Amino acid sequence: MEETKKQILEILQGNSRLQPAQIAAMLNIETAQVEKLIKELEDEKIIVKYHTIINWEKVTDDKVTAFIEVRVTPERGVGFDTVAERIYRFPEVKTVYLMSGGFDLAVLIEGKTMKEVALFVATKLATLDHVQSTATHFVLKTYKQQGVIFEDKEADRRLVVSP
Amino acid sequence: MNWNQKLSPRVKSIPPSGIRRFFDLVSEMSGVISLGVGEPDFVTPWHIREACIYSLEKGYTMYTSNYGLPQLREAIAQDIYKNYKVKYEPKNEVLVTVGVSEAMDLALRAVLDSGDEALIPEPCFVSYSPSTVLAGGVPVAIPTTLENEFRVTAAQIENAITPKTKVLILSYPNNPTGATITREELVEIAKVVEKHDLIVISDEIYDKLTYEGCHTCFSSLSGMRDRTILLNGFSKAYAMTGWRIGYAAGHHEIIAAMTKIHQYAMLCAPVMAQMAALEALTNGEEEMRRMVEHYDRRRRLVLKGFAEIGLDCFEPKGAFYAFPSIKKTGLTSAEFAERLLKEAKVAVVPGDVFGANGEGHIRCSYAASVENLSEAIERIGKFLKNIT
Repeated sequence: MEETKKQILEILQGNSRLQPAQIAAMLNIETAQVEKLIKELEDEKIIVKYHTIINWEKVTDDKVTAFIEVRVTPERGVGFDTVAERIYRFPEVKTVYLMSGGFDLAVLIEGKTMKEVALFVATKLATLDHVQSTATHFVLKTYKQQGVIFEDKEADRRLVVSP
Repeated sequence: MNWNQKLSPRVKSIPPSGIRRFFDLVSEMSGVISLGVGEPDFVTPWHIREACIYSLEKGYTMYTSNYGLPQLREAIAQDIYKNYKVKYEPKNEVLVTVGVSEAMDLALRAVLDSGDEALIPEPCFVSYSPSTVLAGGVPVAIPTTLENEFRVTAAQIENAITPKTKVLILSYPNNPTGATITREELVEIAKVVEKHDLIVISDEIYDKLTYEGCHTCFSSLSGMRDRTILLNGFSKAYAMTGWRIGYAAGHHEIIAAMTKIHQYAMLCAPVMAQMAALEALTNGEEEMRRMVEHYDRRRRLVLKGFAEIGLDCFEPKGAFYAFPSIKKTGLTSAEFAERLLKEAKVAVVPGDVFGANGEGHIRCSYAASVENLSEAIERIGKFLKNIT
């Protein structure tokens, strides 16, 4: 059962638009079982959300992304979790990771302009208790996101019929 | 200048591949979903391409030895031993070729004399019969049956043997049927081979694309190593069709004979393809297994889809082809394929292209995306409703 769940996760990670009936056919199990397992995976928060990867650069110029290195002083008794929560609840914050190495939290922020992002960092992030310092890196171009190449030139170049 | 009169009768006697006619038809249309492609829909894994690029940057643009790069031959021999426990000496029992097609051509030309017969279980890959003719031999078709899931039997082989029989060609997992064959069945075939002193040419290009049971390498059977010319390559398992890189392994005397032809025709396989193949064998297993998993899932999707739309199909356990029967429609394979293309915009290959007993079937390749496969199944379903 765990192996089947894992396979469903792999399939959905590759393409979350696949229907349960298609997944069932690919795994040679019943559709009802796939639906049940997906429900369980959702309830267990293993499947957190169904998401679409968008190349925003093709849609609008009004979008800036920045990667912020945040050094914090962990809070006694609860470590990094509390300060991380105070950060990740801002809607401007898109991703937060706890990191080993030279800084503690990696924070990905989106805003309309560089100024907007810089102001957010200066007035909301840097001023938090426990935040010691920040370093802001603006994203200039996205090549690949969550395993997906954005401008993939590898189209299907096969001959339409071959032996 | 009357060229037709000057052409070799042997060349004139072989028909152009039936695939070509359908290729021309499909190429003229738009919006077609093609299930007619006999190659992976994956691009060669990046690390394999990168190894080739790196080798070019380092200046690997020369000829290699006729036999191929020593390190590649070593890797091939190790791969065969690791998988099937058959030992081949890399120095003189492995020949790197320009794909398995060249290897088959070399093998046939090296062993067939005028009038020698080659037994060819059909349906089969389009080149076996013409290559036999070009080598001066006589192709003898052994029709395999749907009832036996297109596996050739020892009895069928024995019944086809004459004093002129010299070669048996085996090709499992099979193009176009997707059929595989069990070790037990191969053991029975090996007895017939031994009894009648035959040479076996075993095309095992789809060996790693085996979804149920284990693939048995014919050379691994008792007494068969020295009777078998083992052909394999990188096209299907590693998505390297356009690289044109394969190999033959066999007794050093047959490999030496094949190398004589190879050296005067090809000289050597391209060095950059050899460097890529070496990387495939050294580091490519994970990517290969990932692709195989994808094919297996699509296989199940296709089989279930065909069952739901009423298209009769036995379960293929290898390669990436399904070979459903369209007999109940009353149409010939060619008629069915042409109408399916024009009326539903789905391209498949008519089964008669692969041998006379392929008539009544179509070959559907599931080397295609899940979306395309699902859409194609739906279109075929509507088409079947319309014509019956």
